[in-house]
Order: sequence, then structure tokens, then C-alpha cells
Amino acid sequence: MSHHDDYQTHQAKILTPSFYVLLTLTLIGFALIALRFIKGIGAVSNMNDGYPWGIWITYDVATGTAIACGGYAMAILIYIRNNMQYHPMIRSAVLTSLFGYGLAGFSVMVDVGRPWNSYNFFIPSRWQVNSAMFEVALCVMAYTTVLLIEFLPAILTTIEESKWRRMHAFLDWLEPHIKPNRAAVLSKLELVRLGAAWLRPKLNKVLIFVIVLGITLPTMHQSSLGSLVLIASTKVHPLWHTGFLPLLFLINCIYIGFSIVLIESIISSYFFKRPFEIKELSGLAKIIPALTLIWLTVVIGDLAWRGHLGTALALDFYSGFFLLEFCLVAGGSLILFNGRKRESVRWLFVSAALITIGGALYRFNVYLIGFQPGKGWHYFPSLAELMITVGIIAFEILGYQVLVKVFPVLPKLHLDLHLPYGQGRHLPEVKGSKA
Amino acid sequence: MKSPSRRKFLKMVGVGGAALAAGAVGGSAAASDGLKINNDNVAMLYDATRCVGCKACMTTCKRVNLDSGSLAYEQAEFDPDGLWDAPADLSGDTRTLIKLHKESPTKWAYVKHSCMHCQKPSCVSVCPVSAMTRDPESGIVTYDKGICIGCRYCQIACAFNIPRFQWDKALPQIVKCDMCKSTELPRIGTTGCASVCPVDAIHFGKRGDLLAEAQRRLDAEPEKYIQYIYGAQELGGLNHLTIAGFPFEKLGLPIVGDQPPAEFSEKIQHTIYKGFIAPVALYGSLCYVAIRNMKKAEQHNGTEKKGDDA
Ligand code: SF4
Ligand code: SF4
Ligand code: SF4
Repeated sequence: MSHHDDYQTHQAKILTPSFYVLLTLTLIGFALIALRFIKGIGAVSNMNDGYPWGIWITYDVATGTAIACGGYAMAILIYIRNNMQYHPMIRSAVLTSLFGYGLAGFSVMVDVGRPWNSYNFFIPSRWQVNSAMFEVALCVMAYTTVLLIEFLPAILTTIEESKWRRMHAFLDWLEPHIKPNRAAVLSKLELVRLGAAWLRPKLNKVLIFVIVLGITLPTMHQSSLGSLVLIASTKVHPLWHTGFLPLLFLINCIYIGFSIVLIESIISSYFFKRPFEIKELSGLAKIIPALTLIWLTVVIGDLAWRGHLGTALALDFYSGFFLLEFCLVAGGSLILFNGRKRESVRWLFVSAALITIGGALYRFNVYLIGFQPGKGWHYFPSLAELMITVGIIAFEILGYQVLVKVFPVLPKLHLDLHLPYGQGRHLPEVKGSKA
Repeated sequence: MKSPSRRKFLKMVGVGGAALAAGAVGGSAAASDGLKINNDNVAMLYDATRCVGCKACMTTCKRVNLDSGSLAYEQAEFDPDGLWDAPADLSGDTRTLIKLHKESPTKWAYVKHSCMHCQKPSCVSVCPVSAMTRDPESGIVTYDKGICIGCRYCQIACAFNIPRFQWDKALPQIVKCDMCKSTELPRIGTTGCASVCPVDAIHFGKRGDLLAEAQRRLDAEPEKYIQYIYGAQELGGLNHLTIAGFPFEKLGLPIVGDQPPAEFSEKIQHTIYKGFIAPVALYGSLCYVAIRNMKKAEQHNGTEKKGDDA
């Protein structure tokens, strides 16, 4: 299953203007994080005892991991639903997921008050299997590792084929200052290359077991993200508090995952000036409305069953947000039901964006907007708090931008490179694909 | 005895009969997986009609638990010299608080806020690392800062917003009443707040005895009290009981129902996981499907070099 022919490194400059913008945002975010560790969480955030979870948990963890579900959704489609023709798209999805999850874990470390005690997660006597958070924490850690392993082939291939250009340049630069032992360094590098060459085929053999683990783990913790707020039965608004939360969160993350793959592919084609993968995209787009339809049906059915349809239509604050979430998801799906619009990059982008925003709003509704701890409590994130989240997102995009230029991540372009982008192209002849 | 309902009657008689009380009081709780209310736990009874608002309990709580509980005196804005301890609410510095509920110049009541020591505590159910624990013997819910990771899930879960977090500290912790488990309780056999109350508005004792005592007061002066013991059944039973002359929600004690939320969420979590068999089964079957698909794709690839019909 050596598919590394499917991918290519994007050849372009790394230090672009957007690189510097993102870098600045990232640095601001990290400076504020430093402040949080010196002065306490209250110094940078508006969280309080009524709203102990703010934007960091709601966006970075609860929503961010759903947005990072592209790798999960694609893995289901490719390996379980057996659609190998999408295989070239998975590596960039895995990379986005890796960033999403890795940084969600990082945000948690910023958010929790006593991170130095986290080692307790590894002490069996402290395990608390009743806690949805225990489950989420372990799964997220495990899944991040899995994603790293899934991405490893890209790194190994690069090392194997590397001419160590940058290393040579570095050594040249060092030369006048200190005389490095060039031969020794190069022989070490050769060793690394041999190691990579040795490891890659071995890894390829067992990779499928890791990939399937990468399907099992998100299934577990994405549903557990829904279970997480089940216990706050007196606080989460009845529009969203239901025993179906785990199921709703699971379906929600899969359709967000597919939508994000669409968005990501369209955006990177646009910015990296590559042709759009219109055929694969419209194929993916066909799956999304089926999922949202199930989701919307469960939402409505559950509300009807609990007798809260009236609450949903009450047109107050909560019903407003509910209807917004509902209409965004339903509206985006409606577009995708139309076969012709599925062929248009613009409509694909619009609908995927609507569905992603609607699906993300659902998670905000459950965790923050529909959360009412009692009279007298208010929360709106502070600027510093927002900037930390923005910094983390910026870092995510920055990392993606750089890594696709270092490692073979994006789908390989074939003969039809000459097509002006926007006209689409035909499916590349992909080895190992039944197409 | 003014024609008490069967439940109240049983509660009255239920002094010695924990079993009786568990059958009657826990009528609803029993429906939820046979959860039994344990009336041998230690408990506190707060009588809002007796409380004179002297706040001796507050100052004592802070004095005896100051260091071990990482509490601190709170300065009010009007008090630049720091003469008083003036917390506005429970906080990372304050475990218990007396609040005034004033309806009119002649109608008012005090109410004490502190941990309810739930019999099926949500905070314990959600803590991922077992930093919140409930001692089954005494029923006391305690917090261990040596284990806590500071995730604040306990705050999300607690229906009474009891656990508080030290937002302004670089090394913060959760603060909540632990019935003086490591201070006054072993030292003098009662809690700090109960030991200093001048009018016996806070009474410490065995839960069964306190329920009986509460009912005795409700019956002795029915016009003075709302005929209800807050905590007898709330969320599957609380070990902090309250009786009062005002509707409880007005005093800031929310209507929460009798079902412990922890029961509900745990049931769903366990149904999904089935003791970890479900995830393993899922993994197994997914592996099977994925490997079969890979094989198929490879064969297909071998027989048909090019396939570009998709
Ligand atoms: S009142 Fe809140 S903090 Fe106290 S035991 Fe119950 S759930 Fe835990
Ligand atoms: S904040 Fe501490 S005590 Fe509360 S749930 Fe998290 S780890 Fe447990
Ligand atoms: S029981 Fe002890 S810790 Fe709890 S409020 Fe009373 S004095 Fe404070």
C-alpha cells in the first residue's frame, strides 16, 4: 500500500507575506499564553465560576476537533466505504487533523489550572471511567499519536529522498565560524536516511491497523464530547440537552469533516494556484447532505418527542440561535442536493462553509450559548482570550502552509497541469486506485 | 401532626428506620437503579428561620480552614484598610456564605450557601482523575488538590455552582466545603460553622436524625415554615438540608428535581461503552472491512492496470 506516488511537495517560497501575518498573530497569542501562566487565567480571560469553560474549550477543543475531523471522515470513506479514488486527498486531511488535534491538546494545557497534575491520567488507580472527560482526554492523546504515525510516511519519504540542501547551506554558513566536521555530519545524515528507508516499508505494512485505530478513536471521543455536557442537565438549555447528544455530536463531526475537506481543498487549490479537484469534490459533496439529513431528522424528532418544538419556535434568544444553526445546516445541504450546483466550485464552497458554520454553531450552542448556570452569571470572551484562540488558529494555518511545502502532502498533479485552474481536471491515473 | 402525607409521616417515623425512609423518601430515587439514600451519613441542617445573619459561621470557616483550604480574606471596595472580610459570593477564597434575601422591610431571610454533599455527587462523577471523592461511610465529598488538574468540569457539573476556582492565581485550585474533614471534624467532632452558631441554625449530626428534627420543627410551627425539607430528595438526596419560611428558589436554592444527573449521564456513557467491549468490537470489525478493501483494491490494480472511469 505504498501510495506515496499520489502526493507531491508543493514547490513554492515559504516566506510569503501571509507567513509573516500569521507569524505575528501566533506570537501575540503565545505571549498572552505566557501571561496566563504568570498571572493566572483570570488575568487574560473573562471566564468565571458560572462559566468555567469559555471560548478555549468551546472553540479549540469542542469545535476545533470537529473541524479537524477531515482525516477521520476521509479515512471512513476510503478504507471502510472502499472509495480508493479519494486516496490522494487523505494526506492533506491528515495533516489538518494533526494540527487541529495537537493544538486542541495544547489548548487544554493552557486552559486547565493545574497542568502539572496531568500525569494522573496515566495512573490507573486515578482513572475515573464514569467521566466523559477522562475518555475524551485519553482518546485525544491517543488519536494525536495515531495521526502523527499516519503522517510519518510523508516525513520518511522526504528524508529518504533528501539531498540535505538546507543542511549543506547551513554547514556552509557555519564554516567560517567554527569548523564543523563535515564528513562526520554527512555520515550521520546518511544513517538517518538509511533508517528512514528501512522504517518506511515496515511502517507501510502495519499502517492499516493504525489507520483503523484512527477511525475508532474519533468515533469514541467525538460522541463523548456530546456526553460531556449531559450531566449539566439543569444548565444546558432544553433545546440542546438530550440523551442523543453523543449521537448528534458524532454525525455532526463527520459532516463537518467532509465539508472541511471541501473547503481546504478549494482554498489550497486557489492559493497555491493548482487546478481544482472538482470530480472528487462533487463526489464528496454528494455524501454530506445524506449525513445532515439524518442529523436534522434526529434533532427534530428528538425535540418533538420531548415536546420542545414550541421552544424551538418561541423566537426568543435561544430559539434564535437554534433556528440559525438549523437553517445554516439545512440551507447548505439544500444546495448540495442539486446535482448541477455540486459541479460548481463556488456553490461547493458556499454550501460547505454554511454547513461548517452551522455545525460549529451547534457546538457553541451546546457548550456556551445554551449554557445557563443561573441568574447573575455572564460571559463574553475578553480580547486577550480571543487573541489566544486566534493565535492558535494562526499557528495551525501557518504550520499547514509550511509543511505542504516541505513534505509531499498535496495530491499529485498529472498531465493536465496546463489546465487553467477553475476549469477542473480529470481524475489522475492513480496507482493502487481502482478509480 | 396535621394530616401529614404518607411521605411526611414516614419521614417522621423514619428516624430509626433508614430502610423505611429509603423506601419512602427515596421513592423516586429508588427508580433510578436502586440508588439508596444513606441516612447514616453525617449531615448538616440549616434553619433559615433561626439564622440571625451574624456570619459567625463564615468567619469561623475561614479561620479554621484558612491554610489547609487555601482560603483568603476578601477586601471590599469601601474598605481600603482591610478591616473586614467581605466576600460577595462563594469564591476561590470563601467556602461558605450567608446571603440576605429581602422581600420587604419586614420580610426577609438569610440563607447559607455551601456544598450540599450530594449523595450522588455530579462533581465526583465527572472528575477525570478522581480528585473529587465521596467517602461512602460519612458521605463527605472532598477535594484533593494534589490530584486535581484544574479542568473545572466539576464546576460545570454541579447544579448548585458550589466548586469555585482561583482565577487570579498562577497556581490555582478548586475551593469547596469539605465539612471540615481535616480540621474541626477530627478535632471537636463537629463542623466549624455548626460549632459556633449562637442560635443553632446550623445543626450537625446524622442525616436520619436531622431529617426527623427538621420534620419536628415543620410540624411544631407549621405557619412559620414552608412545608418542605430542601435536600431530602433533591438530586437523589443531599446531606446539607435546609428548611425555611420562603420558597426555596427565592433564597437561591434552585428547583432541581429528584433525579441525580450523574445517574443519567453515567447510564448513557455505560450504554455506549458496554465496559469497553463496544470499542474493541468496533475496532475489530473495522479492521476486517478495511483489510478486505485493501486486498480488493490491490487485486483490482493487478488485473487492470488503468482504471479511469470514476
Ligand atoms: S453540591 Fe456540588 S460540589 Fe457539593 S457534592 Fe454536590 S455536586 Fe459536588
Ligand atoms: S477541576 Fe479538579 S476536581 Fe474539578 S473535575 Fe477537574 S480535576 Fe476534578
Ligand atoms: S462545614 Fe466546615 S468547611 Fe464547610 S462551611 Fe462549615 S466550616 Fe466551612
